[in-house]
Formats: sequence, structure tokens, C-alpha cells
Amino acid sequence: MEPQQGDDKSSGPAPSLWPVGFAIGLVCLLVGLIVSWWAVAIGGAIALIFGVVWVHDLSSSSAEGVEPPEPPTKEDLAAHPGLAAAADTERYPRDKFLEGATLGLGLVIGGLVTIPPLGMLTASSFEGQQFHHVNLGPLADFPLNTFIITTFIEDVEAGEVSRRTAYIRNNGFLDKLPSLTVLSNRCAHLGCPVQPNGPVDDTKTKKTTSENGREVVIKTPAQPAGFGCPCHGGQYDTEGNRVAGPPVRALDRYTYSIVKGNVVLGSAFSVAKVEGTGKDAKIKKTRLHNPGQHVDGPEFWLWPIPEIRA
Amino acid sequence: MAKSERRKQVEGLVLYPLDWLEERSGLVGGIRYFLFRKVPSDANWAHTLGSATLTAFLVQAITGVILAMFYNPSPNEAYASIQHITNDVTFGWLVRGMHRWGASVFIILLFFHMARVFLYGAYKYPRELNWIIGVILLILGMFEGFTGYLLPFDQTAYWATVVGMNITANGPFVGTIMAQILQGGPDIGPTTLSRFYSLHMLVAPGLIFALIGLHLYLVVRLGVSSPPWSKEAAGSEHAEQEPEPPARAGLVSPTTRGRPTP
Repeated sequence: MEPQQGDDKSSGPAPSLWPVGFAIGLVCLLVGLIVSWWAVAIGGAIALIFGVVWVHDLSSSSAEGVEPPEPPTKEDLAAHPGLAAAADTERYPRDKFLEGATLGLGLVIGGLVTIPPLGMLTASSFEGQQFHHVNLGPLADFPLNTFIITTFIEDVEAGEVSRRTAYIRNNGFLDKLPSLTVLSNRCAHLGCPVQPNGPVDDTKTKKTTSENGREVVIKTPAQPAGFGCPCHGGQYDTEGNRVAGPPVRALDRYTYSIVKGNVVLGSAFSVAKVEGTGKDAKIKKTRLHNPGQHVDGPEFWLWPIPEIRA
Repeated sequence: MAKSERRKQVEGLVLYPLDWLEERSGLVGGIRYFLFRKVPSDANWAHTLGSATLTAFLVQAITGVILAMFYNPSPNEAYASIQHITNDVTFGWLVRGMHRWGASVFIILLFFHMARVFLYGAYKYPRELNWIIGVILLILGMFEGFTGYLLPFDQTAYWATVVGMNITANGPFVGTIMAQILQGGPDIGPTTLSRFYSLHMLVAPGLIFALIGLHLYLVVRLGVSSPPWSKEAAGSEHAEQEPEPPARAGLVSPTTRGRPTP
């Protein structure tokens, strides 16, 4: 069946590129309003020229009548054999093109509007997550062989929600350098705060405030027999090694440095098991893992992707 | 006959807007089709558990909308705003209580509903897809519970979420990254609360509403199944007597179809 032509004589003028040029001119003009007066002038000129041509075209075509568009030839149909054969209803190249264009454009637009929100959702989780160096005050605040329950704000901008606790013990000197045991209180089971097993003398609590008054460090001495988690009962000894309960590794530790006599905390790392005690302890550092993740044994391979701190 | 004249007038007054609506949208007929559809003659109270769950969810939605007007999802203000809702706002204690206890009611009813469907064998052909949608709804309901639990931002909320996120992080291979995206960083931080709030009141409820719509569509399309002890066999003679609508498993006695269309 040959498509019937000529019926759409009254349906409207022939497609023309003039409105596109007119629209481009308008866009240029509007952008120019923000950017530069030159762009306004150029955009206005483009819009004017195309507008005039468009109107002229319209008036002449309505007067003279439109030349009907080319009907799809037999060659067109032969080039797309599926076109006529596929469906009962005859389909023209334009039909298929429009369908493809609609779907394709929809996909492109959908993709374009989805990417920014997804990026905003995910990227912010990884950016600006560096470890903060925290000044814990003078080394003299950490007497020999006593655990100091040290509570500090890791990120001043984040505020109270980034309050962390470390159990810090001064082991004396190792090769003329001070040796500290700095245990994170984050349970290696599921991250609850482990508590010292034994009395804590709150009357000896010491508070130090940084010069800007925003970093408050609270230090309380204790002589615990070990550490225990209130959530699911994980137990650790004074080196942070697991002695009972569900934890899969020892307590995490912090790196530290002594800057001008002050103890400064660095990044945290994970430890499978500590050999030896105090300053003679042998610690095999592994990168910081989430609580509950093994850092040795075959299960280690289950979590190859680290936390991302970009 | 003055009374019936008057009655006619009143009926006309009531029916006119309905007819107007029906003519332009077909909504009245649609709602009648939805509400007055056929159910098995031996449907029982256990069949109402789905509607009960839906009601519990609607209660959560409405109370949640009101609570959102007073709640402040910033780490330093969240707990104080909850205190304000509970102690100062008129009926705040009641609405928050409804939301808090209603959450448990919703989950419990979900499980009862699921038990009914399981024990009646109502998940079988052709209703498997509705079971699958129900499972997704259950997961979303649990997710609502988890994200909502953080919002008071007290110690229980905080540490429960720490544990929950670390369980997430223990998922093999992708767990760490999933947890990091969910909580907006390697640890629970100031962004976690607003993130959870958004998920709790926009993302999850939106998905739940959409899936409930699909769930109900399938209920209407496939009909309600009879209990397993039903004497009415699937596709019984009653269903054959009435070829329209098509015979459904367990569909029995024809019920009144409401008043005839004008």
C-alpha cells in the first residue's frame, strides 16, 4: 500500500530551519543579559534576521501552497525489509526514526538528570574524610604505666558527633623515644565503645582546652584489668587482644607523634593480634578495617576494598 | 408521595456531583470496581490483615508528616526537637507515641499478614509476584525501622545505628562502600542524620507507596484466594455461571454489585 500524500497540505507549513535559528538567537540574547551586552546585540541580530526570514517564509508558503514532502520510495522500504514485514500496520522510516529518537532522547535526558544527584549522593561520602591530627596535650599528662581514658573531638567542624575515646598508656622510653600504647575504644566486633574493666577515678579527671577553645580533651586515669564491650560482651586484655566474645581481632590503634612535647594522634590502623606487651609489643599494622572484618586468615580476602578517604 | 419526591431531590443532589465526576473520569466506577469486587464466600478475619497493615502504614505516614514539621535533623538540635515535640507541643507526645509504637504495630502486622498468606498457600500460582512484592515491602519496612531509629539521636539511637552500619559494612566486597555511602562517610557523622532522615521520610515511603499500589493492583486483578479448607473448589460451578469477570481460583458466590448505574 502506498502511503497517501497530499492530505497534510492543510496540516501546517513545511519544516524549516528558520525557527531553530530564531531560537538560537533568543538563547544568545538571554545568556547575553547575564554575560555581556555584546552577546545581547549579536543574539538580537540573529533572532531578528531569522525571525524576519521565518515570517517571510510563512507568508509566502501560505500564499503559494506547500510542496508536499517526498513520499517514502520503494527503495526506502526495500532498505528496511523489517519495516513492512514486521507488523500488520505499515511502518514508515519516519515512524521508526521518531520512536527511536523519542526513546533515545528520553534515555539521554534521563541519564543527564540522574548523574548529578547520584554523584552528589555518593561523592560526598568519600570526599573530605581525611584523618584529623588531634593534639592531646603534653606528654607529662600521661604518667608511666597508667591508662589514661582520653576523650577528644576528632573533627571540630563535625562537633560532638565525632567525639572519640582512646585508651593511652605511657610505656616509658624505647630507644630514647617515648613509647605509647594508644588503643581505640571502637569494639572490633560491631563498633560499640569498649569500657575499662575496673574502677575509674573521676576525681582525677583533667580537662585541657586548645587555644581557640574548641578542642576539649578530657583525660581520666584508670588501671583496668582489660576492656569490655557493653553491647555484645567482647572482652580484651590491656594490649587490646581479644580474650573472649565475638570480636574478630584486637582493638584498633592510633599512630601518634610527639610534637613540641605534645602527644598528637594520627590515623588509626587495625591489628590482628599483638605479640608481647607494652613497649616490647610486636604490632603488625594493617590498614584500618571496619569493625567485624578480619584482618588475618582466609576471611581477610572478603573485604578487599578499603574505606575511601579522598 | 411528598416524601419520596423529597428523597428523589436529595438523591439527585448527592448523585449529581458523582455523575459529573464519573462522566469525566470514570473514577466512581473505578472505586466501585475496587471496593465491591467478589471475594470467596468463606473469606474470614485473617483476610483483613493486609488492610490492617495498610492502615498501620497510613497512620505512620500521617503522623510522620506532622512530626516532620517539628523535627530538626541536625546533630545538635535533633534530640532537643524531639524533647520539644514530646513535652511542649500539644498532642506531640501522642502523635510521637503513635508513630513510635505504630512502627512496631506495622512490622508485627506485616508478619501476621505474611504468615496468613504463607499458611493459606495464597502465594501460589498466579500470585507469586505479589509475594515477591510483599517481601520487598517487608525489607523496606525494616529499612524504615532502621533509619527511623536513629532520628531521636540519643545514645541508644546512635549506638544501635553504629552496630547496624557495621553489620552492613561486613557485607563481603561491597559492604564497606555501601556503609560509607549510606552514612555519608567512614563513620557516623553530622551528614548521617540528615541522610537517614531523607531516606526515612522520602525515599523509603515513596517506594512503599508505589509498591503498595502494585500490590493492590495485583490483589484486584487476581482476586482473593479461599482458605485451604474451603469446600469451594477453585473454578467451581459458581464461577462458571458467571463468565464475566473471568473465573478466578476460589471465586464463588456472586455478590450484590451495588445499585445499577443510572
